[in-house]
Amino acid sequence: MKSVIVNGVQKSFKANKGSVQALKEISFDVEQGELFGLIGPDGAGKTTLFRILTTLMIADSGSASVDGFDVVKDFKAIRKRVGYMPGRFSLYQDLSVEENLSFFATLFDTTIEENYDLVKDIYIQIEKFKHRKAGALSGGMKQKLALCCALIHKPSVLFLDEPTTGVDAVSRQEFWELLRQLQKQNITIVVSTPYMDEASLCDRVALIQQGSLLDIDTPKGIMNKLGKPLWSVRASDMYVLMKELKSMYEVFSCYPFGQEHHVIFHNDGQSILEIETALKKKGIADAQFKRTEPTIEDSFMKLMNK
Amino acid sequence: MNAIAVQNLTKQFGSFTAVDNISFDVKRGEIFGFLGANGAGKTTAMRMLCGLSFPTRGEATVAGFDLFREAEKIKKSIGYMSQKFSLYEDLTIKENIRFYGGIYGLTDGQIKSKTDFMLQHLGLSEQANTLVKSLPLGWRQKLSFSVAMVHEPQIVFLDEPTGGVDPVTRREFWTMIYEAAHAGTTVFVTTHYMDEAEYCDRVSIMVDGRIDALGTPTELKEQFSASDMAGVFLKLARRAKRGDD
Repeated sequence: MKSVIVNGVQKSFKANKGSVQALKEISFDVEQGELFGLIGPDGAGKTTLFRILTTLMIADSGSASVDGFDVVKDFKAIRKRVGYMPGRFSLYQDLSVEENLSFFATLFDTTIEENYDLVKDIYIQIEKFKHRKAGALSGGMKQKLALCCALIHKPSVLFLDEPTTGVDAVSRQEFWELLRQLQKQNITIVVSTPYMDEASLCDRVALIQQGSLLDIDTPKGIMNKLGKPLWSVRASDMYVLMKELKSMYEVFSCYPFGQEHHVIFHNDGQSILEIETALKKKGIADAQFKRTEPTIEDSFMKLMNK
Repeated sequence: MNAIAVQNLTKQFGSFTAVDNISFDVKRGEIFGFLGANGAGKTTAMRMLCGLSFPTRGEATVAGFDLFREAEKIKKSIGYMSQKFSLYEDLTIKENIRFYGGIYGLTDGQIKSKTDFMLQHLGLSEQANTLVKSLPLGWRQKLSFSVAMVHEPQIVFLDEPTGGVDPVTRREFWTMIYEAAHAGTTVFVTTHYMDEAEYCDRVSIMVDGRIDALGTPTELKEQFSASDMAGVFLKLARRAKRGDD
Protein backbone atom coordinates (compact mmCIF):
# COMPACT_ATOMS: atom_id res chain seq x y z
CA MET A 1 0.00 0.00 0.00
CA LYS A 2 1.08 3.56 -0.59
CA SER A 3 1.57 5.54 2.55
CA VAL A 4 1.85 8.92 0.90
CA ILE A 5 0.58 9.92 -2.55
CA VAL A 6 1.34 13.36 -3.94
CA ASN A 7 -0.27 14.25 -7.24
CA GLY A 8 0.50 17.45 -9.13
CA VAL A 9 0.75 19.60 -6.02
CA GLN A 10 1.40 23.30 -6.62
CA LYS A 11 1.80 26.14 -4.16
CA SER A 12 2.67 29.80 -4.61
CA PHE A 13 3.26 32.54 -2.09
CA LYS A 14 2.90 36.27 -2.52
CA ALA A 15 6.21 38.10 -2.46
CA ASN A 16 7.00 41.83 -2.66
CA LYS A 17 6.85 41.75 -6.44
CA GLY A 18 4.52 39.12 -7.87
CA SER A 19 4.63 35.65 -6.42
CA VAL A 20 7.06 32.84 -5.70
CA GLN A 21 6.26 29.33 -6.83
CA ALA A 22 7.31 27.21 -3.86
CA LEU A 23 6.12 23.93 -5.41
CA LYS A 24 5.73 23.34 -9.16
CA GLU A 25 3.55 20.31 -9.94
CA ILE A 26 5.13 17.85 -7.58
CA SER A 27 4.16 14.15 -7.82
CA PHE A 28 5.54 11.10 -6.00
CA ASP A 29 4.53 8.12 -3.85
CA VAL A 30 5.97 6.70 -0.66
CA GLU A 31 5.52 3.00 0.09
CA GLN A 32 4.36 1.82 3.47
CA GLY A 33 7.31 1.24 5.80
CA GLU A 34 9.71 3.09 3.53
CA LEU A 35 12.43 5.48 4.70
CA PHE A 36 12.00 8.21 2.11
CA GLY A 37 14.34 11.18 1.84
CA LEU A 38 13.52 14.61 0.46
CA ILE A 39 16.93 16.01 -0.41
CA GLY A 40 17.49 19.62 -1.35
CA PRO A 41 18.96 22.94 -0.28
CA ASP A 42 17.17 25.67 1.69
CA GLY A 43 14.37 27.21 -0.32
CA ALA A 44 13.75 24.05 -2.36
CA GLY A 45 10.17 23.72 -1.06
CA LYS A 46 10.68 20.89 1.43
CA THR A 47 8.94 22.58 4.35
CA THR A 48 6.00 23.71 2.23
CA LEU A 49 5.48 20.14 1.08
CA PHE A 50 5.61 18.87 4.68
CA ARG A 51 3.08 21.48 5.76
CA ILE A 52 0.70 20.41 3.02
CA LEU A 53 1.07 16.72 3.86
CA THR A 54 0.54 17.32 7.57
CA THR A 55 -2.65 19.34 6.73
CA LEU A 56 -1.27 22.63 8.03
CA MET A 57 -1.47 24.29 4.64
CA ILE A 58 -3.66 23.80 1.57
CA ALA A 59 -2.15 23.39 -1.88
CA ASP A 60 -3.25 25.73 -4.71
CA SER A 61 -3.90 22.73 -6.94
CA GLY A 62 -3.27 19.01 -7.11
CA SER A 63 -4.12 16.40 -4.50
CA ALA A 64 -2.38 14.40 -1.83
CA SER A 65 -3.20 11.61 0.57
CA VAL A 66 -1.53 10.22 3.67
CA ASP A 67 -2.32 6.72 4.91
CA GLY A 68 -5.24 6.62 2.46
CA PHE A 69 -6.82 9.87 3.68
CA ASP A 70 -7.17 13.05 1.68
CA VAL A 71 -5.14 15.95 3.09
CA VAL A 72 -8.00 18.40 2.69
CA LYS A 73 -11.21 16.41 3.28
CA ASP A 74 -9.89 14.04 5.93
CA PHE A 75 -7.50 16.36 7.71
CA LYS A 76 -8.72 15.33 11.15
CA ALA A 77 -8.03 11.64 10.51
CA ILE A 78 -4.56 12.47 9.21
CA ARG A 79 -3.66 14.57 12.23
CA LYS A 80 -4.30 11.55 14.46
CA ARG A 81 -2.11 9.31 12.36
CA VAL A 82 0.97 11.35 11.58
CA GLY A 83 3.89 12.47 13.69
CA TYR A 84 5.48 15.75 12.64
CA MET A 85 8.79 17.18 13.74
CA PRO A 86 9.09 20.69 12.29
CA GLY A 87 12.46 22.15 11.40
CA ARG A 88 12.19 24.78 14.06
CA PHE A 89 12.12 23.53 17.67
CA SER A 90 8.46 23.80 18.63
CA LEU A 91 8.00 22.15 21.99
CA TYR A 92 7.04 24.08 25.11
CA GLN A 93 10.26 25.61 26.42
CA ASP A 94 8.80 26.24 29.88
CA LEU A 95 7.67 22.67 30.39
CA SER A 96 10.07 19.98 31.54
CA VAL A 97 11.16 17.12 29.33
CA GLU A 98 8.69 14.77 30.99
CA GLU A 99 5.87 17.34 30.95
CA ASN A 100 6.30 17.91 27.22
CA LEU A 101 6.12 14.22 26.45
CA SER A 102 3.16 13.68 28.73
CA PHE A 103 1.40 16.72 27.19
CA PHE A 104 1.71 15.35 23.66
CA ALA A 105 0.60 11.89 24.80
CA THR A 106 -2.51 13.40 26.41
CA LEU A 107 -3.36 15.39 23.27
CA PHE A 108 -3.60 12.11 21.40
CA ASP A 109 -5.55 10.39 24.14
CA THR A 110 -2.74 8.11 25.21
CA THR A 111 -0.10 7.89 27.94
CA ILE A 112 3.68 7.66 28.00
CA GLU A 113 3.37 4.15 29.50
CA GLU A 114 1.14 2.85 26.73
CA ASN A 115 3.63 3.54 23.93
CA TYR A 116 6.82 3.58 25.95
CA ASP A 117 8.42 0.76 23.96
CA LEU A 118 8.31 2.90 20.83
CA VAL A 119 10.25 5.83 22.31
CA LYS A 120 12.29 3.89 24.88
CA ASP A 121 15.56 3.71 22.95
CA ILE A 122 15.53 7.46 22.42
CA TYR A 123 13.97 8.52 25.72
CA ILE A 124 16.50 6.71 27.91
CA GLN A 125 19.15 9.00 26.43
CA ILE A 126 17.40 12.08 27.83
CA GLU A 127 15.62 10.55 30.82
CA LYS A 128 18.22 11.77 33.29
CA PHE A 129 17.18 15.32 32.34
CA LYS A 130 13.46 14.64 32.62
CA HIS A 131 12.93 17.42 35.14
CA ARG A 132 14.90 19.98 33.13
CA LYS A 133 12.96 22.58 31.15
CA ALA A 134 12.97 21.88 27.43
CA GLY A 135 14.30 25.39 26.76
CA ALA A 136 17.45 24.59 28.75
CA LEU A 137 18.38 21.50 26.74
CA SER A 138 21.24 21.39 24.24
CA GLY A 139 20.50 21.12 20.52
CA GLY A 140 21.04 17.38 20.36
CA MET A 141 18.81 16.72 23.38
CA LYS A 142 16.05 18.98 22.06
CA GLN A 143 16.07 17.05 18.84
CA LYS A 144 15.71 13.72 20.68
CA LEU A 145 12.86 15.05 22.82
CA ALA A 146 11.09 16.39 19.72
CA LEU A 147 11.38 12.98 18.09
CA CYS A 148 9.90 11.32 21.20
CA CYS A 149 6.99 13.79 21.20
CA ALA A 150 6.34 13.12 17.52
CA LEU A 151 6.26 9.37 18.20
CA ILE A 152 4.38 9.05 21.46
CA HIS A 153 0.97 8.52 19.82
CA LYS A 154 2.32 5.71 17.63
CA PRO A 155 1.91 7.43 14.27
CA SER A 156 1.81 5.38 11.08
CA VAL A 157 3.68 8.05 9.13
CA LEU A 158 6.44 10.22 10.57
CA PHE A 159 7.41 13.53 8.92
CA LEU A 160 10.79 14.90 9.95
CA ASP A 161 11.71 18.31 8.56
CA GLU A 162 15.50 18.75 8.55
CA PRO A 163 16.13 16.96 11.86
CA THR A 164 19.91 17.04 11.38
CA THR A 165 20.50 20.60 10.18
CA GLY A 166 23.31 22.24 12.15
CA VAL A 167 24.06 18.95 13.90
CA ASP A 168 27.63 17.62 13.97
CA ALA A 169 28.74 14.55 12.03
CA VAL A 170 28.70 12.19 15.02
CA SER A 171 25.21 13.11 16.22
CA ARG A 172 23.94 12.98 12.65
CA GLN A 173 25.11 9.41 12.31
CA GLU A 174 23.47 8.45 15.61
CA PHE A 175 20.21 10.05 14.54
CA TRP A 176 20.11 8.02 11.33
CA GLU A 177 20.73 4.85 13.30
CA LEU A 178 17.65 5.75 15.37
CA LEU A 179 15.58 6.20 12.21
CA ARG A 180 16.65 2.78 10.94
CA GLN A 181 15.48 1.27 14.23
CA LEU A 182 12.13 3.03 13.99
CA GLN A 183 11.62 1.79 10.48
CA LYS A 184 11.68 -1.77 11.82
CA GLN A 185 8.52 -0.94 13.78
CA ASN A 186 6.77 -0.49 10.45
CA ILE A 187 6.54 3.28 10.59
CA THR A 188 6.78 5.09 7.27
CA ILE A 189 9.35 7.87 7.57
CA VAL A 190 9.57 10.91 5.31
CA VAL A 191 12.65 12.93 6.19
CA SER A 192 14.13 16.03 4.60
CA THR A 193 17.75 17.11 4.68
CA PRO A 194 20.12 19.51 2.94
CA TYR A 195 23.03 17.09 3.58
CA MET A 196 23.51 15.07 0.41
CA ASP A 197 25.59 12.39 2.15
CA GLU A 198 22.50 11.41 4.16
CA ALA A 199 20.64 10.49 0.98
CA SER A 200 22.50 7.20 0.77
CA LEU A 201 20.91 6.16 4.08
CA CYS A 202 17.36 6.29 2.64
CA ASP A 203 15.49 3.55 0.76
CA ARG A 204 14.51 6.05 -1.92
CA VAL A 205 15.07 9.75 -2.32
CA ALA A 206 13.50 12.64 -4.16
CA LEU A 207 15.95 15.38 -5.16
CA ILE A 208 14.25 18.75 -4.99
CA GLN A 209 15.46 22.16 -6.12
CA GLN A 210 13.51 25.44 -6.42
CA GLY A 211 10.14 23.73 -6.17
CA SER A 212 10.79 21.03 -8.78
CA LEU A 213 11.72 17.39 -8.39
CA LEU A 214 14.98 16.68 -10.20
CA ASP A 215 14.69 12.90 -9.77
CA ILE A 216 13.19 10.14 -7.63
CA ASP A 217 14.98 6.83 -7.25
CA THR A 218 17.00 4.64 -4.92
CA PRO A 219 20.31 6.27 -3.92
CA LYS A 220 22.12 3.74 -6.09
CA GLY A 221 19.81 4.42 -9.01
CA ILE A 222 20.50 8.14 -8.76
CA MET A 223 24.25 7.66 -8.60
CA ASN A 224 24.14 5.40 -11.67
CA LYS A 225 22.23 7.99 -13.62
CA LEU A 226 25.18 10.33 -13.82
CA GLY A 227 25.49 8.88 -17.32
CA LYS A 228 29.09 9.87 -17.98
CA PRO A 229 32.35 8.52 -16.60
CA LEU A 230 33.46 10.39 -13.49
CA TRP A 231 37.13 11.09 -12.79
CA SER A 232 38.79 12.19 -9.61
CA VAL A 233 42.00 14.16 -9.89
CA ARG A 234 44.65 15.32 -7.45
CA ALA A 235 47.72 17.52 -7.73
CA SER A 236 49.91 19.39 -5.30
CA ASP A 237 48.30 22.75 -6.13
CA MET A 238 44.58 22.01 -6.15
CA TYR A 239 43.59 25.66 -6.63
CA VAL A 240 45.57 26.10 -9.83
CA LEU A 241 44.48 22.66 -11.02
CA MET A 242 40.83 23.71 -10.68
CA LYS A 243 41.42 26.92 -12.62
CA GLU A 244 43.19 25.16 -15.47
CA LEU A 245 40.67 22.34 -15.76
CA LYS A 246 37.76 24.75 -15.81
CA SER A 247 39.35 26.64 -18.68
CA MET A 248 39.69 23.51 -20.89
CA TYR A 249 37.05 23.02 -23.56
CA GLU A 250 37.13 19.23 -23.05
CA VAL A 251 35.88 19.65 -19.48
CA PHE A 252 32.10 19.55 -18.97
CA SER A 253 32.28 20.16 -15.21
CA CYS A 254 34.88 20.26 -12.47
CA TYR A 255 34.01 20.56 -8.79
CA PRO A 256 36.07 20.23 -5.62
CA PHE A 257 35.19 17.14 -3.57
CA GLY A 258 37.20 17.06 -0.37
CA GLN A 259 40.78 16.19 -1.20
CA GLU A 260 39.99 15.64 -4.89
CA HIS A 261 38.32 17.39 -7.80
CA HIS A 262 35.60 15.50 -9.66
CA VAL A 263 35.73 15.96 -13.41
CA ILE A 264 33.29 15.06 -16.16
CA PHE A 265 34.36 15.43 -19.80
CA HIS A 266 32.15 16.31 -22.74
CA ASN A 267 33.45 13.29 -24.59
CA ASP A 268 32.99 9.94 -22.75
CA GLY A 269 36.08 8.42 -24.31
CA GLN A 270 38.31 11.40 -23.51
CA SER A 271 41.95 10.39 -23.40
CA ILE A 272 43.38 11.19 -19.99
CA LEU A 273 46.86 11.19 -21.46
CA GLU A 274 45.94 14.18 -23.63
CA ILE A 275 44.57 16.05 -20.65
CA GLU A 276 47.66 15.28 -18.59
CA THR A 277 49.89 16.50 -21.38
CA ALA A 278 47.87 19.69 -21.70
CA LEU A 279 48.13 20.25 -17.94
CA LYS A 280 51.88 19.68 -18.03
CA LYS A 281 52.20 22.45 -20.59
CA LYS A 282 50.50 24.73 -18.11
CA GLY A 283 52.93 23.78 -15.36
CA ILE A 284 50.96 21.09 -13.54
CA ALA A 285 53.17 18.03 -13.76
CA ASP A 286 51.74 15.89 -10.99
CA ALA A 287 48.02 15.65 -11.85
CA GLN A 288 46.76 12.14 -11.16
CA PHE A 289 43.45 11.00 -12.64
CA LYS A 290 41.45 8.02 -11.39
CA ARG A 291 38.03 6.69 -12.35
CA THR A 292 35.68 7.08 -9.40
CA GLU A 293 32.14 6.19 -8.33
CA PRO A 294 29.70 9.11 -8.30
CA THR A 295 28.07 10.33 -5.07
CA ILE A 296 24.56 11.77 -4.72
CA GLU A 297 26.11 15.24 -4.81
CA ASP A 298 27.68 14.55 -8.22
CA SER A 299 24.29 13.55 -9.60
CA PHE A 300 22.53 16.46 -7.93
CA MET A 301 24.92 18.96 -9.47
CA LYS A 302 24.66 17.34 -12.88
CA LEU A 303 20.87 17.57 -12.66
CA MET A 304 21.09 21.23 -11.54
CA ASN A 305 23.25 21.96 -14.57
CA LYS A 306 20.73 20.69 -17.07
CA MET B 1 53.81 37.21 11.89
CA ASN B 2 50.89 35.12 13.05
CA ALA B 3 47.38 36.42 12.45
CA ILE B 4 46.15 34.70 15.58
CA ALA B 5 48.29 33.50 18.51
CA VAL B 6 46.58 31.77 21.40
CA GLN B 7 48.28 30.56 24.60
CA ASN B 8 46.45 28.57 27.29
CA LEU B 9 43.18 30.33 26.67
CA THR B 10 40.40 29.30 29.06
CA LYS B 11 36.79 30.31 29.59
CA GLN B 12 34.78 29.20 32.59
CA PHE B 13 31.10 29.74 33.21
CA GLY B 14 30.74 29.08 36.94
CA SER B 15 32.12 25.59 37.49
CA PHE B 16 31.83 24.68 33.81
CA THR B 17 34.97 24.99 31.69
CA ALA B 18 33.69 25.70 28.19
CA VAL B 19 37.15 26.27 26.71
CA ASP B 20 39.94 24.43 28.46
CA ASN B 21 43.47 25.73 28.08
CA ILE B 22 43.74 25.89 24.29
CA SER B 23 46.88 26.97 22.43
CA PHE B 24 47.34 27.42 18.69
CA ASP B 25 48.57 29.84 16.01
CA VAL B 26 47.05 30.80 12.70
CA LYS B 27 49.40 32.08 10.01
CA ARG B 28 48.66 35.06 7.80
CA GLY B 29 46.77 34.13 4.66
CA GLU B 30 45.97 30.69 6.00
CA ILE B 31 42.58 28.95 5.72
CA PHE B 32 42.14 27.54 9.20
CA GLY B 33 39.31 25.06 9.83
CA PHE B 34 37.98 25.10 13.38
CA LEU B 35 36.04 21.88 13.93
CA GLY B 36 34.34 20.17 16.82
CA ALA B 37 31.11 18.45 17.79
CA ASN B 38 28.12 20.49 19.03
CA GLY B 39 28.95 21.63 22.55
CA ALA B 40 32.71 21.15 22.22
CA GLY B 41 33.34 24.86 22.84
CA LYS B 42 33.84 26.22 19.31
CA THR B 43 31.39 29.10 19.60
CA THR B 44 32.75 30.22 22.97
CA ALA B 45 36.32 30.15 21.63
CA MET B 46 35.31 32.05 18.52
CA ARG B 47 33.44 34.70 20.55
CA MET B 48 36.58 35.26 22.63
CA LEU B 49 38.76 35.65 19.53
CA CYS B 50 36.32 38.22 18.13
CA GLY B 51 36.54 40.23 21.33
CA LEU B 52 32.91 39.51 22.27
CA SER B 53 33.56 37.40 25.36
CA PHE B 54 36.24 38.04 27.97
CA PRO B 55 38.53 35.06 28.63
CA THR B 56 38.89 33.72 32.18
CA ARG B 57 42.64 33.35 31.68
CA GLY B 58 45.34 32.78 29.11
CA GLU B 59 46.89 34.99 26.45
CA ALA B 60 45.99 35.77 22.89
CA THR B 61 46.60 38.22 20.10
CA VAL B 62 44.35 38.63 17.10
CA ALA B 63 45.57 40.71 14.14
CA GLY B 64 48.47 41.73 16.38
CA PHE B 65 46.25 43.17 19.12
CA ASP B 66 45.97 41.88 22.66
CA LEU B 67 42.68 40.17 23.42
CA PHE B 68 42.55 41.50 26.98
CA ARG B 69 43.50 45.12 26.41
CA GLU B 70 42.72 45.90 22.77
CA ALA B 71 39.42 44.16 22.03
CA GLU B 72 38.03 47.24 20.25
CA LYS B 73 41.00 47.36 17.88
CA ILE B 74 40.49 43.68 17.15
CA LYS B 75 36.85 44.27 16.22
CA LYS B 76 37.95 46.84 13.63
CA SER B 77 40.51 44.48 12.10
CA ILE B 78 38.29 41.45 11.63
CA GLY B 79 35.23 40.50 9.62
CA TYR B 80 32.56 38.12 10.89
CA MET B 81 29.87 36.17 9.14
CA SER B 82 27.50 33.59 10.55
CA GLN B 83 24.82 31.51 8.93
CA LYS B 84 22.18 32.82 11.28
CA PHE B 85 22.53 36.54 11.03
CA SER B 86 24.63 38.75 8.89
CA LEU B 87 22.46 40.96 6.73
CA TYR B 88 19.39 43.09 7.31
CA GLU B 89 16.58 41.44 5.38
CA ASP B 90 14.47 44.58 5.16
CA LEU B 91 17.27 46.58 3.59
CA THR B 92 18.26 46.28 -0.06
CA ILE B 93 21.58 44.83 -1.16
CA LYS B 94 22.98 48.30 -1.70
CA GLU B 95 21.72 49.54 1.66
CA ASN B 96 23.32 46.62 3.47
CA ILE B 97 26.69 47.38 1.89
CA ARG B 98 26.31 51.05 2.75
CA PHE B 99 25.29 50.20 6.32
CA TYR B 100 28.25 47.93 7.01
CA GLY B 101 30.63 50.27 5.23
CA GLY B 102 29.39 53.07 7.49
CA ILE B 103 29.74 50.94 10.65
CA TYR B 104 33.37 50.27 9.79
CA GLY B 105 34.06 53.93 9.11
CA LEU B 106 34.53 53.91 5.35
CA THR B 107 34.20 57.27 3.58
CA ASP B 108 31.33 57.89 1.13
CA GLY B 109 33.77 57.59 -1.74
CA GLN B 110 35.12 54.29 -0.47
CA ILE B 111 31.60 52.96 0.06
CA LYS B 112 30.65 53.91 -3.47
CA SER B 113 33.61 52.22 -5.09
CA LYS B 114 33.23 49.15 -2.82
CA THR B 115 29.55 48.90 -3.73
CA ASP B 116 30.27 49.04 -7.46
CA PHE B 117 33.05 46.50 -7.15
CA MET B 118 31.07 44.05 -5.03
CA LEU B 119 27.90 44.20 -7.12
CA GLN B 120 29.89 43.58 -10.26
CA HIS B 121 32.03 40.85 -8.75
CA LEU B 122 28.95 39.00 -7.48
CA GLY B 123 26.95 39.59 -10.65
CA LEU B 124 24.27 41.38 -8.63
CA SER B 125 24.37 44.80 -10.30
CA GLU B 126 20.80 44.47 -11.58
CA GLN B 127 19.52 43.47 -8.14
CA ALA B 128 21.21 46.33 -6.27
CA ASN B 129 17.86 47.68 -5.09
CA THR B 130 16.31 44.31 -4.23
CA LEU B 131 15.48 43.55 -0.61
CA VAL B 132 17.85 40.99 0.84
CA LYS B 133 14.96 38.82 2.06
CA SER B 134 13.90 38.08 -1.51
CA LEU B 135 17.36 36.79 -2.48
CA PRO B 136 17.90 33.01 -2.62
CA LEU B 137 19.93 31.72 0.34
CA GLY B 138 23.01 30.96 -1.75
CA TRP B 139 23.22 34.55 -2.98
CA ARG B 140 22.60 35.88 0.47
CA GLN B 141 25.53 33.85 1.82
CA LYS B 142 27.86 35.10 -0.90
CA LEU B 143 26.75 38.66 -0.26
CA SER B 144 27.22 38.19 3.51
CA PHE B 145 30.77 37.09 2.92
CA SER B 146 31.52 40.10 0.73
CA VAL B 147 29.93 42.43 3.27
CA ALA B 148 32.04 40.87 6.05
CA MET B 149 35.05 41.84 3.93
CA VAL B 150 33.90 45.37 3.10
CA HIS B 151 36.55 47.02 5.34
CA GLU B 152 39.31 44.71 4.03
CA PRO B 153 39.90 43.03 7.39
CA GLN B 154 43.10 41.11 8.12
CA ILE B 155 41.10 38.14 9.36
CA VAL B 156 37.61 36.94 8.54
CA PHE B 157 35.69 34.60 10.86
CA LEU B 158 33.10 32.40 9.13
CA ASP B 159 30.73 30.47 11.38
CA GLU B 160 29.11 27.64 9.39
CA PRO B 161 28.85 29.79 6.27
CA THR B 162 27.55 27.04 3.98
CA GLY B 163 24.85 25.35 6.07
CA GLY B 164 21.81 24.45 3.95
CA VAL B 165 23.32 25.85 0.76
CA ASP B 166 23.01 23.83 -2.49
CA PRO B 167 26.08 21.85 -3.56
CA VAL B 168 27.03 24.09 -6.48
CA THR B 169 26.76 27.31 -4.48
CA ARG B 170 28.62 25.67 -1.61
CA ARG B 171 31.56 25.14 -3.96
CA GLU B 172 31.31 28.64 -5.42
CA PHE B 173 31.45 29.91 -1.87
CA TRP B 174 34.68 28.03 -1.27
CA THR B 175 36.12 29.56 -4.43
CA MET B 176 35.48 32.95 -2.83
CA ILE B 177 37.28 31.76 0.32
CA TYR B 178 40.28 30.65 -1.76
CA GLU B 179 40.38 34.00 -3.56
CA ALA B 180 40.31 35.89 -0.27
CA ALA B 181 43.12 33.75 1.17
CA HIS B 182 45.12 34.11 -2.04
CA ALA B 183 44.85 37.90 -1.65
CA GLY B 184 46.30 37.63 1.87
CA THR B 185 43.23 37.54 4.11
CA THR B 186 43.36 35.00 6.93
CA VAL B 187 40.25 32.81 6.99
CA PHE B 188 39.01 31.16 10.20
CA VAL B 189 36.08 28.88 9.38
CA THR B 190 33.78 26.36 11.10
CA THR B 191 31.74 23.77 9.25
CA HIS B 192 29.81 20.53 9.68
CA TYR B 193 30.65 19.43 6.14
CA MET B 194 33.66 17.16 6.41
CA ASP B 195 34.59 17.49 2.72
CA GLU B 196 35.08 21.21 3.42
CA ALA B 197 37.58 20.36 6.15
CA GLU B 198 39.76 18.99 3.35
CA TYR B 199 39.81 22.43 1.67
CA CYS B 200 41.52 24.03 4.69
CA ASP B 201 45.28 24.53 4.98
CA ARG B 202 45.16 23.36 8.58
CA VAL B 203 42.41 22.06 10.81
CA SER B 204 41.93 21.92 14.57
CA ILE B 205 39.40 19.65 16.24
CA MET B 206 37.95 20.51 19.64
CA VAL B 207 36.75 17.83 22.05
CA ASP B 208 35.30 18.73 25.46
CA GLY B 209 36.79 22.24 25.39
CA ARG B 210 40.29 21.09 24.44
CA ILE B 211 42.04 21.06 21.08
CA ASP B 212 42.74 17.34 20.63
CA ALA B 213 44.11 17.47 17.11
CA LEU B 214 45.77 20.10 14.95
CA GLY B 215 47.49 19.79 11.59
CA THR B 216 47.08 19.74 7.84
CA PRO B 217 44.32 17.39 6.61
CA THR B 218 47.04 15.04 5.29
CA GLU B 219 48.83 14.94 8.65
CA LEU B 220 45.63 14.31 10.58
CA LYS B 221 44.54 11.50 8.27
CA GLU B 222 47.91 9.85 8.77
CA GLN B 223 47.93 10.39 12.52
CA PHE B 224 44.46 8.85 12.97
CA SER B 225 44.80 6.27 10.17
CA ALA B 226 41.65 7.50 8.46
CA SER B 227 40.98 7.72 4.73
CA ASP B 228 39.23 11.08 4.96
CA MET B 229 38.51 13.92 7.41
CA ALA B 230 35.11 12.45 8.30
CA GLY B 231 36.96 9.42 9.64
CA VAL B 232 39.32 11.61 11.68
CA PHE B 233 36.41 13.60 13.07
CA LEU B 234 34.38 10.55 14.06
CA LYS B 235 37.32 8.97 15.85
CA LEU B 236 37.98 12.12 17.86
CA ALA B 237 34.43 13.22 18.59
CA ARG B 238 33.52 9.78 19.89
CA ARG B 239 36.05 10.39 22.69
CA ALA B 240 33.92 13.22 24.05
CA LYS B 241 32.78 12.60 27.60
CA ARG B 242 30.74 15.63 28.42
CA GLY B 243 28.28 15.24 25.53
CA ASP B 244 26.30 18.26 24.48
CA ASP B 245 24.20 18.71 27.60
